[in-house]
Amino acid sequence: MSSTTVDEEVLMAEEIESKEGVGGADLGARADEIGATVGDYTVDKPRMTARGVNVYYEDKRAIMDVNLDIAENQVISLIGPSGCGKSTFLRCLNRMNDTIDVCRVTGEIKLDDQDIYDKKMDVVPLRAQVGMVFQKPNPFPKSIYENIAYGPRIHGLARTKDEMDEIVEVSLRRAGLWEEVKDRLDEAGTGLSGGQQQRLCIARTISVSPEVILMDEPCSALDPIATAVVEELIDELRQHFTIAIVTHSMQQAARVSQRTAYFHLGRLVEVGPTDEIFTNPVHKLTEDYITGRFG
Amino acid sequence: MQPTTLVILLLILMAIAYQFGMRRSVAVAGGPKNLRSLHSRPNYYGYYTAIWAGLPALIVVGLWAAMQGNFIIDLVIADLPPDVRSLPPERLGLWLNDLKNLAEGNIVSGEVSPALRAGADHYLSLQQTAAAAMAVVVLVIAVAGVSFAMKLISPKLRARNRVEGVVKVLLIFCSSIAIVTTLGIVLSVLFEAIRFFNMVPFMEFFFGTEWSPQTAIRSDQVGSSGAFGMIPLFAGTMLISLIAMTVAVPIGLMSAIYLSEYASSRMRAYAKPALEVLAGIPTVVYGFFAALTVAPFVRNVGESMGLEVSSESALAAGLVMGIMIIPFVSSLSDDVINAVPQSMRDASYGVGATRSETITRVIFPAALPGIVGGILLAVSRAIGETMIVVMAAGLSANLTANPLESVTTVTVQIVTLLVGDQEFDSAKTLAAFALGLMLFVVTLILNVIALHVVRKYREQYE
Ligand SMILES: Nc1ncnc2c1ncn2[C@@H]1O[C@H](COP(=O)(O)OP(=O)(O)OP(=O)(O)O)[C@@H](O)[C@H]1O
Ligand SMILES: [Mg+2]
Repeated sequence: MSSTTVDEEVLMAEEIESKEGVGGADLGARADEIGATVGDYTVDKPRMTARGVNVYYEDKRAIMDVNLDIAENQVISLIGPSGCGKSTFLRCLNRMNDTIDVCRVTGEIKLDDQDIYDKKMDVVPLRAQVGMVFQKPNPFPKSIYENIAYGPRIHGLARTKDEMDEIVEVSLRRAGLWEEVKDRLDEAGTGLSGGQQQRLCIARTISVSPEVILMDEPCSALDPIATAVVEELIDELRQHFTIAIVTHSMQQAARVSQRTAYFHLGRLVEVGPTDEIFTNPVHKLTEDYITGRFG
Repeated sequence: MQPTTLVILLLILMAIAYQFGMRRSVAVAGGPKNLRSLHSRPNYYGYYTAIWAGLPALIVVGLWAAMQGNFIIDLVIADLPPDVRSLPPERLGLWLNDLKNLAEGNIVSGEVSPALRAGADHYLSLQQTAAAAMAVVVLVIAVAGVSFAMKLISPKLRARNRVEGVVKVLLIFCSSIAIVTTLGIVLSVLFEAIRFFNMVPFMEFFFGTEWSPQTAIRSDQVGSSGAFGMIPLFAGTMLISLIAMTVAVPIGLMSAIYLSEYASSRMRAYAKPALEVLAGIPTVVYGFFAALTVAPFVRNVGESMGLEVSSESALAAGLVMGIMIIPFVSSLSDDVINAVPQSMRDASYGVGATRSETITRVIFPAALPGIVGGILLAVSRAIGETMIVVMAAGLSANLTANPLESVTTVTVQIVTLLVGDQEFDSAKTLAAFALGLMLFVVTLILNVIALHVVRKYREQYE
């Protein structure tokens, strides 16, 4: 196991050195080994489709020719070793990468039939439609109420105080936090525990009624109990939303998702129904990762 | 021996002592293999010995240098001819001054009498003896210190703790210098201010609306009423500071927001230092810019609109002062805005907020304490600024809210009160201290308010 890890590191170092991604000799071999994506990356009812997506940080290619569909009312989990580009790919889906100066995206990503990287596309409504929950809970240093009301207010979703109260309550209920905080809505959101903060962030995301929710390791800062609450929540949210989740926990991927995509060195190696990927991985890299031989 | 030579010699001695102490500790430990049996590592024993070599000796040097002067003078006086010794104290003081000047080869007032010459020679020889004695005593103390320390060195000696103790005392000493100096300045200002209030009633100073500090030097002088009302001065200060802040706060904040949120990192790398150059321009330069360019411009514009503008106006001074303090506001605000974690921005963009919504609703509230701090710093700077006002706003103490008239400020008046030939204990000069005290109190209050605001309205992230 340890020797493979070292190889892995050497490869990544070389990739960074060679700067043109697939350029280095060793990496070429490994890239060949990866080959085209195994499994069917299309689905019957796609909500989002990515075709030929490449992402560059300055000259460094972090995502290479990824094709992937995200199905309606399903949870897809993105797994893979650290630094393989899971977050990068996820952030492409609502153009959060725009906030990084050096980041450049090519290829085509569609939400329904709309190309989100189209020049005419306005990112503001897009990000309301495709919401995001981050790895570290990041509540605003405002009251719990204001944390939730922030999004609806800027999008003008509530005309009266009552409507706003309604939105806040529904969002908190859906995130499974209402009972815990209903008596202290005017206390600071930053004063909650880590798990509560993460659920607050989820409530904040769903308060603007997005259609797709992107979650980047939402449980990495949480203890097992809070994790279980969030996982249950994800399962419920699936009724109304389409969800893509990045996770390092194979068990979590198995528990919450219906499809799984395995990334390696910026490439999408294998994708398929979660139970198949975990019981019967086709690609050697996927198998190595899932059986814990590296990662 | 020169004192500098002595100090250098001491330093060399300390370096040698360091080596001695280190070797000695290794020896008492029983060789380099047994260093574990020592309480501290050998270099601490070295420092320990060096401290024993240097510290007592340096303290003696200091004390000696402080007392030697008076001691020698006493000896010289005791040896003077009786007719000189019986002079009245002030005359004797002058005479001794001449003596010292003669001894040091400076110019002497009046003729050199034989008695003066003899005294000077005596003075010189005493000084040489004293210097030699000091060198001997100090070196002896240093060597004694080293040998004493060498005796003390044993594996049980807690050299590290001792050395750290000395270092701590040194740190405390250094930090108390700043505090003691501040205290000294405040107290001396306070005492002079009290003397002032003995001459001019409290009420007149605080509530008087007329400022004309010409007091009569001779009783038959005319036109020297001597009115000490500080209201016009503080009003002038407030007016000019207000104008300056009206310029600096919006411009400074906007540029900070541009720099931290909109500018590309390359743009920022050039623009930020360029802005900070503004802070490096000497205030005199701003002053003549204000007096020669801005003030006439303000007057021309005002006159073309049919307004009456005096050639030195509060507006001109305030505008230029505002430009001067832009970097205070922008640079500090930029720093605090940048300190707001990226995760706050991500969170806001993630629910579909625009950049301006993110700035006004998330970043600005989170950065507010720091921004307020920066603004208050700029205010203190504006209140204390003198040069621009002297040159562009005039000296006449008008009580007015009209920015087109000329006004004066507290700092400017302090300067004019103290320049020129003055008796030092007239109400006029002492008034400067009272004004200084007031200024100090005002800035202090501003700082306290700033601290309070910062604590209360902090939107704490993390
Ligand atoms: N802001 C950035 N600037 C430059 N390079 C970046 C940036 N963010 C990510 N990268 C690079 O892109 C590659 C993919 O990073 P990404 O964060 O997507 O990995 P990840 O799969 O999410 O890893 P982890 O599981 O550790 O979160 C990495 O090699 C990383 O060094
Ligand atoms: Mg990541």
